[in-house]
Amino acid sequence: MAFKDFIFRKSLWLFHFGGASCNNCDIEILDCLTPRYDVERFGMLLVGSIRHADVLLVNGSINQKDKVRLLELYRQAPKPILVVAIGACGCTGGIFAGGYPFAGPVDQIIPVDAYIPGCPPKPEAIISGIVQLIEKKKTEKAHA
Amino acid sequence: MLKDLFYFLVYPGLLFAGVAGGFLSWFDRKITAMVQFRKGPPLLQPYYDFLKLLLVKETILPENGSRGMFLLAPILAVFGATVACVLILLPMFGFHTGFSGDLIVIFYLLSIPSLMYILGALSSGNPLAAMGASREIKLILSYDLTFLLVVAGVILKSGMSIKMTDLLMAQETGGAVIGSVSGILLFIPAVFCIQAKLGLVPFDMAEAETEINHGCFIEYSGICYALIKLSKYILFLTLPAFLAALFMNGLHWDGIHILWSVLKILGVVLLLTLIRNTNPRLKIHQAMKFFFLYMNLLVIIAFILIALGI
Repeated sequence: MAFKDFIFRKSLWLFHFGGASCNNCDIEILDCLTPRYDVERFGMLLVGSIRHADVLLVNGSINQKDKVRLLELYRQAPKPILVVAIGACGCTGGIFAGGYPFAGPVDQIIPVDAYIPGCPPKPEAIISGIVQLIEKKKTEKAHA
Repeated sequence: MLKDLFYFLVYPGLLFAGVAGGFLSWFDRKITAMVQFRKGPPLLQPYYDFLKLLLVKETILPENGSRGMFLLAPILAVFGATVACVLILLPMFGFHTGFSGDLIVIFYLLSIPSLMYILGALSSGNPLAAMGASREIKLILSYDLTFLLVVAGVILKSGMSIKMTDLLMAQETGGAVIGSVSGILLFIPAVFCIQAKLGLVPFDMAEAETEINHGCFIEYSGICYALIKLSKYILFLTLPAFLAALFMNGLHWDGIHILWSVLKILGVVLLLTLIRNTNPRLKIHQAMKFFFLYMNLLVIIAFILIALGI
């Protein structure tokens, strides 16, 4: 079981879901893949199909239409899957929290494993969040 | 019987080709990273990816597809790639095997993985997968003729024998095929054919991540996708080795020749990686034009030069 956990941590493939985002977080996520930050050195790849994904990155405020699609994506993802809410909108709803199309922050729709706040979070913050997620998985294993 | 099983499953078959191909796939990714001034993945990354898909992830079957074919396609793809690998590597590693006409068999075995990707994609019931499959079919139609002509040219050049060992013998005595003008003219289309067979970037329209989300492989997950990855790793060893056999005097597995053999394979993979990193993705009709017009023209010029004895 420890071995399975180890290889899962070593090869996390990312799938990016942008809700009703202002596109700032999207661009910061793509920044992580550029030469300066290069998350491929941790074995992370951006994949285009949810069937290959290990981590679902969700950013942007989730409105009523996004909610249906997010639930469908989560249902279609092969388990185990980790969910990371990115940006103020993903974590809490941000400035859209009181709006009438708002369908709740991500953690009220699907279970979230890590939050990365910021508007938008810096690439360093996103990488630090992912590293903390990996560390969390490690300590959870140690306690269990 | 036991020996054949050993050849197929361990050396130089499934296990050896999987491990070596995984290393080549890492080499490809590392060179890509270096070209882009990145650090790149660690050495064991392809094995982590494969084991993660095999052991950790859930396998999902399509609800509205043909499940039997969907499951069978990756297995047959691995099978085709492995048998081709065994038939190519055995004569080169000094086992006296092979039969008259095994070049033709290898040629058709090498197209089994692509055909299986198509069947798997079409049986998944996903429209984007169907799109990828139709592109892959067109790609096969365009490069297969060129590849066959290249093989025919090499046969013509080295004594009209359709047996791997004879081909290697002819190069042993008469010098490598790539050492002549016509050989170089044949080598260029061969490299592009292999690029298309491996689905690397100028010809990756069948699995274009950004437009049709991995195309043929969109519905694959877990064990099935692990097998597809394995077949890709094996092809990553098999096709450069085939090129080395056709053009560069084969591989030899003794003494200092081990170094040259490894360098030949790495050189071909380096060439493929550099082509992949310096070119944008072509549209399917551009790829067809590229192979039907320009590459076939090169091969025909090479044929004329061979007839003149250059």
